[in-house]
Amino acid sequence: MEKSHRLYLVYLSLMFSLVLAVVPLPAMVKLFRPDWPLLVLFYWALALPFRVSIGTAFVVGFLLDVLVGTVLGVNALAYSIIIYFCSAHHLKIRNFSILQQSLVIALFLAFYHYFIFWLSHFLTGVVFTMAYLWPVVTGAAVWPWIFWLLRRIRRQFKIH
Amino acid sequence: MKPIFERGPSLPLRLFLAVLCSVGLMTLDRFTDSSTQLRSYLTATVSPLYYLANLPQAMLSDASEQFMSHQRLLEQNQKLRETLLRQNTQMQRLQFLQQENDKLRSLLGSVPVADSKRLVAEVLAVYSHPFSNQIVINKGSNDGVVAQQPLIDDLGVLGQIVSVGPTSSRALLISDTTHAISLRVERNGDHVVAEGLGQSDEVRLMHIPHSADIQQGDKLITSGLDGIFPEGYPVAEVVRISRNAQQPFLQVYARPYAQLDRIRYVLLVWPKAKPEIDEQIAPPDAEAAAVAGDR
Repeated sequence: MEKSHRLYLVYLSLMFSLVLAVVPLPAMVKLFRPDWPLLVLFYWALALPFRVSIGTAFVVGFLLDVLVGTVLGVNALAYSIIIYFCSAHHLKIRNFSILQQSLVIALFLAFYHYFIFWLSHFLTGVVFTMAYLWPVVTGAAVWPWIFWLLRRIRRQFKIH
Repeated sequence: MKPIFERGPSLPLRLFLAVLCSVGLMTLDRFTDSSTQLRSYLTATVSPLYYLANLPQAMLSDASEQFMSHQRLLEQNQKLRETLLRQNTQMQRLQFLQQENDKLRSLLGSVPVADSKRLVAEVLAVYSHPFSNQIVINKGSNDGVVAQQPLIDDLGVLGQIVSVGPTSSRALLISDTTHAISLRVERNGDHVVAEGLGQSDEVRLMHIPHSADIQQGDKLITSGLDGIFPEGYPVAEVVRISRNAQQPFLQVYARPYAQLDRIRYVLLVWPKAKPEIDEQIAPPDAEAAAVAGDR
């Protein structure tokens, strides 16, 4: 049954996005790194809402917490909440044009970053600078390409 | 059209479960001590991902070494030889001074400062999250790495190990907001504590009274009082002091000597596990025995 859905490709793409999240980059570029795992999760939650949902989001967020060394559970919580909204409104978001989707993504990303900041502020006491919001812009900018790439993969391999 | 959530609990219930789990995790991780062990296991589990993520860079640097011209290799070799010669010469003098220092210390009746074991490690991942300044290195418990071990490089102190896996471990940098380090002003021996701000080029000195004798350009070295960092390693230089009488304390900022945002190789230092009490019960070597006998 697992085989016929080819769900392993979904998990592979999520794994790959997690690797991208920790690839060493020069300090200048690092600030602009988009949140790859969240974007990939977002696509799968829109495309296959009955396969990829809050459970997957929680696991990916938790793995990200382990990989990047934030307090355990911070990213897991943020990912779960965002994918909850995404799943609940997936029919609406699917019907948006790609540009509108980018805007919605930007909104979600901004919420994600504020949320992470707020939690980290409460848990470890960090200070906010506007530079933390760069991934919102880059994330919205790379969304069309991610959408296109993952849709090709989904259609090519008939993942459903 | 088939119903979307045909199996399993409803969406809000799933969210509720996820929120419950993550709040539990956060409490466990932040407000109890039991998570260190858990984190070690988790770090060990995900360490293949770090190696994978490091692959492109490793391949690139391999390739550039592969294609380096013969001429350049020779030049580099020559340069390295010269550096080695120069440093060996300095080393001889240093060894002599070390011996003299040990002798003087034994005359004074204090324990000689022994050389500690070191190990070079490579950085696998610098975590980029603005809220956590941490790095992952490619040495773990298989190489004898232990938690709270200090990490230095050729310029100064970098941080300390926080969780250890078999082949990789995670270190907290001195610039992290959860890190503080006990320091001494080299000029006058004043003790200060520096806390991280989450920025790689600045740390803040805590609770400095307005009357303190501290100046711009003062060199800060480890005091050894925290029991983690060995004494005498350079850490940071005071760059900015704002004297605002309305604040209860001086606002003193220092710039770490180590370039925390571009670390490639680090040196692990094994602290000498020789507390004074152990020294008196079972002197580990002849010299310490002589010192104890003198007392």
